[in-house]
Amino acid sequence: MNGKLPNGDDIAAFRTRNLSKVYGEGAATVHALRGVSLEIPKGEIVVLLGPSGSGKSTLLNILGGLDHASSGEAYFQHQSLTEMTNAELTQYRRAHVGFVFQFYNLMPSLTAVENVELVREIADQPMRPEEALALVGLDKRLHHFPSQMSGGEQQRVAIARAIAKQPTVLFCDEPTGALDSTTGRAVLKVLQNVNETLGATILIVTHAAATAKMADRVIHFADGDIREVIVNTAKLSPEEIEW
Amino acid sequence: MVTPLNQKLVRDLWRIKSQAIAIGLVIALGVLMLVMMHGLVNTLEETRLAYYDRYRLADVFAPVNRAPTHTLKELAAIPGVAAVQGRVMGEALIDLPEVNVPLRARAISLPDTGSPTLNDIFLTDGRMMLAGHVDEIILLKGFAEARQLTPGDSLTVTMNGARRTFSIVGLAQSPEFFYSTAPGELAADDSRFAVIWVGESALAAAYDMEGAFNEALLSLEPGAGLAAVTNAADKILYKFGSLGAYGLENQLSNRFISEEIDGLKASAVGVPPLFLAVAAFLLYIVISRMVQSEREQIGLLKAFGYSSAEVSTHYLKLVLVIAIGGALAGIAMGIAAGRGMAELYQSYFKFPFIVFEVDPVTFYVGLLISIGTATAASLLVLRSIFLLTPAVAMRPPLPPDYRNALKLPERFQRILDQPSKMVLRRVFRQPGRMFAAVTGIACGMALSAGMISVMSGFDRALDVSFSVLDRSDANVVFTHSLTQKSIIELAQVPGVIAVEPYRSVPVIFRHGRHHYQGGIEGLVDNPRLYRALDTSLQPIPLMPNGIVLSKPIADILQAAPGDWITIDVREGRRPLLQVPVAAVANTLLGSPVYMQLSALNHYLKEPEQVSGAFLRLDTAQRDQVYRAIKNMPAVAGISLKLDSRISFEKMMDQGAGAMRYIMALIAGVITFGIVFNSARIAYAERERDLASLRVIGFTKGETAFVLLGELTLVTLIALPIGAALGYYLSLAISEGFSTDIYQIQPVYTSENYGIAGLAVIFASLVSGWLVKRDIDRIDLVSALKSKE
Repeated sequence: MNGKLPNGDDIAAFRTRNLSKVYGEGAATVHALRGVSLEIPKGEIVVLLGPSGSGKSTLLNILGGLDHASSGEAYFQHQSLTEMTNAELTQYRRAHVGFVFQFYNLMPSLTAVENVELVREIADQPMRPEEALALVGLDKRLHHFPSQMSGGEQQRVAIARAIAKQPTVLFCDEPTGALDSTTGRAVLKVLQNVNETLGATILIVTHAAATAKMADRVIHFADGDIREVIVNTAKLSPEEIEW
Repeated sequence: MVTPLNQKLVRDLWRIKSQAIAIGLVIALGVLMLVMMHGLVNTLEETRLAYYDRYRLADVFAPVNRAPTHTLKELAAIPGVAAVQGRVMGEALIDLPEVNVPLRARAISLPDTGSPTLNDIFLTDGRMMLAGHVDEIILLKGFAEARQLTPGDSLTVTMNGARRTFSIVGLAQSPEFFYSTAPGELAADDSRFAVIWVGESALAAAYDMEGAFNEALLSLEPGAGLAAVTNAADKILYKFGSLGAYGLENQLSNRFISEEIDGLKASAVGVPPLFLAVAAFLLYIVISRMVQSEREQIGLLKAFGYSSAEVSTHYLKLVLVIAIGGALAGIAMGIAAGRGMAELYQSYFKFPFIVFEVDPVTFYVGLLISIGTATAASLLVLRSIFLLTPAVAMRPPLPPDYRNALKLPERFQRILDQPSKMVLRRVFRQPGRMFAAVTGIACGMALSAGMISVMSGFDRALDVSFSVLDRSDANVVFTHSLTQKSIIELAQVPGVIAVEPYRSVPVIFRHGRHHYQGGIEGLVDNPRLYRALDTSLQPIPLMPNGIVLSKPIADILQAAPGDWITIDVREGRRPLLQVPVAAVANTLLGSPVYMQLSALNHYLKEPEQVSGAFLRLDTAQRDQVYRAIKNMPAVAGISLKLDSRISFEKMMDQGAGAMRYIMALIAGVITFGIVFNSARIAYAERERDLASLRVIGFTKGETAFVLLGELTLVTLIALPIGAALGYYLSLAISEGFSTDIYQIQPVYTSENYGIAGLAVIFASLVSGWLVKRDIDRIDLVSALKSKE
């Protein structure tokens, strides 16, 4: 493992070559990914767009260390994700990856600040929870439980939790899917802020095409493969996006 | 046409099949116990009744020293008496060449011709005695089988001091001897006690009873009063030395089977509810979990137009399928198990026939209470289905509210890491749920601790009785009371190291309206071989004035220290004594009444009389001692302590005593069932949280801590509570196991509680390990995608 890419290039956060993922057998076989090859440079905001079942979430899960590929190669910087064991994937997630999900996935029994603390306890160089919560604009609600917060607030705690470990990459799966447009925009603003202050690479999977306007790079998925990659030269700030 | 909801029902059942089978099995076990035990009670009662009826067992037994035959007419004239039979009974010794010690037997007369009016026998092998053939006898089948004797064999018997050889012509069983013990022995042992039936004139000649009888048997007309008849019989027989007439209920063998039936009845009431309560608990948690995870589907069904009642019925059906399935399986298993047990009982009680029969009402009761329990368990859950509106159901549920969860002190908060806080807050957020889990595990602990305490109580009772209390090697019983001179004779037999005389006297104790027919044990002043000890193994002080009652007898007589009781002596000159109660003692074995030997003889005005002796023997010379004693005419019998102990152990392992093993098994199964289900449900509820932790980067071990910490905490809280409950439970169980013959005192040692605790911890570890495997296998992606 940890094999170097043959044509060694240190700029990319991720690269994949002929990455495939097949679920099921026989008649029930689903080709979620059909030989995807791509390259994602460090420090970019990348939006993955596409209809349901197009393979974008599958790619996110493999790059995030949650799932194994069926074949092909995937690299995080110099490390081969496709050759890692489950325990190594756990260490990878622990050291480098932050996740933000559609349904927040906060621990209901911990307050906002404790949810962030949770990550600090296993991270190498975490930021102070208050600082992380301030970054997402929640410094006034430190001691509230998830049940006392709105959806947008919960999502911002989830983002604070994800960034508190100062991750190299942040994966967001439908981060605004359960939110109204105003709150959604606020959450995207937080993500952009994180990208600018921490320099983290951010991958966002979404159905909301408007989100693409704030990305450095937009990857369109269809039928398990990349249909088009657009490099966005005229990035908008989330406030300027029309929903 | 199968409706979609019913199709869902079938698939849901298939999906939760292992849990459904487990719960169904718990219900089935409860119903099995119910059907089997009720069936056995019914069967034993009916079989006993039929057996008594067919062989005309007497309702009243009136032993007497020697009454002339014409007295029988007077007895027959007592109002309420239907039939009378006089017979001769005597203690005898059987000498088998291959056995060192003489074996004790009871010789009973049968009419020279024809069958007796009462207490007939069931001839299993051979034939009846022929008139005039005085050397023919019939032998109790149990003894014959144990000693491999068959019709045609001869038997050397010592009767009233004279040695004779008889020829066995038949084997028989009798409803009088389900349970046959030699006088003075507690436990039955087929190989060490025999009954022989002899022709009346032959037996009368042997015991000087020509033209007389020493036991009258009476049967009653329907509705006749037992007390009136026994009183009248006593009055008639008084001048001939009545030993006190008693009813069938006090007949030893009948009392034994009655206690067995009572024990079964108590278990039939007590055990099945335990299973059904556990099943209800499990059903509740499984269904509530299912409804929680199917909120969306329920909302959808309601949105389609299904009514709340229809949706609730759907879930109720699921519960009912499990309950009815379990109950039906239980009924079938109960019948099968009952048949098997009935056969065991048949050989145990030596019934000539047995028909296992369950009252069909039991089936309906089993079915109805299973359905009732299951429905009750699910009603709480169904209520939440009714309250759920489609719109609310389709939205993801709000995160559980921890606002009012355990407020940890600030300092404590800082020390604890986040996973520990999660454990503590969750445990204390739903005190009701924690209470249920703690109660469940504590019940398992209580069952284990209680059963182990009782089981070591059994062992302790044996150990104490046969090695602390009784330190002799053998007990010699004389045919009648002798002077102390006979003790000197015994002491001179080579191989006898020590002799300790005792006297036991048959009496009736009376105190106010209460009476008890038993005996007084007169013990020497400073006994070394056989001591009167209480439950804490302290010697019971025997006062020169007054008697010491064992607790069961004090309870029957309602007598306390200081009370005066009347003692109606039933041998010798049969004086009526007034004696104060010196003390009430907790004894382990039997229901003895103690007195100082000298005081007893003083009261009886018969100085220096003894009725038997405890012996300490030189191991090397045992056989010589047995041979010497075999030839002493005044010896009615000798019982070896080792033999007694073995038969006692055998008795406690059969019948009701065997239930303790079953109960211990049940305790284990229930403990594991509760612990495992608690863990499983906790896992199901937290699957998403656990998956989230794994995604964030927690290792498998760190993630497992959050769940297993909870299980550990609940187990640790439950252990001391269970230990305390176990104390009270063991009192109740030992009460249930104790009989007139033996009292079981639970034994509380740190070792016993340690073993019970370890059993619970082991169940937790196995459950934890099984759940940990699930945590390790969580599908991170799908767990996170779902709303709940």
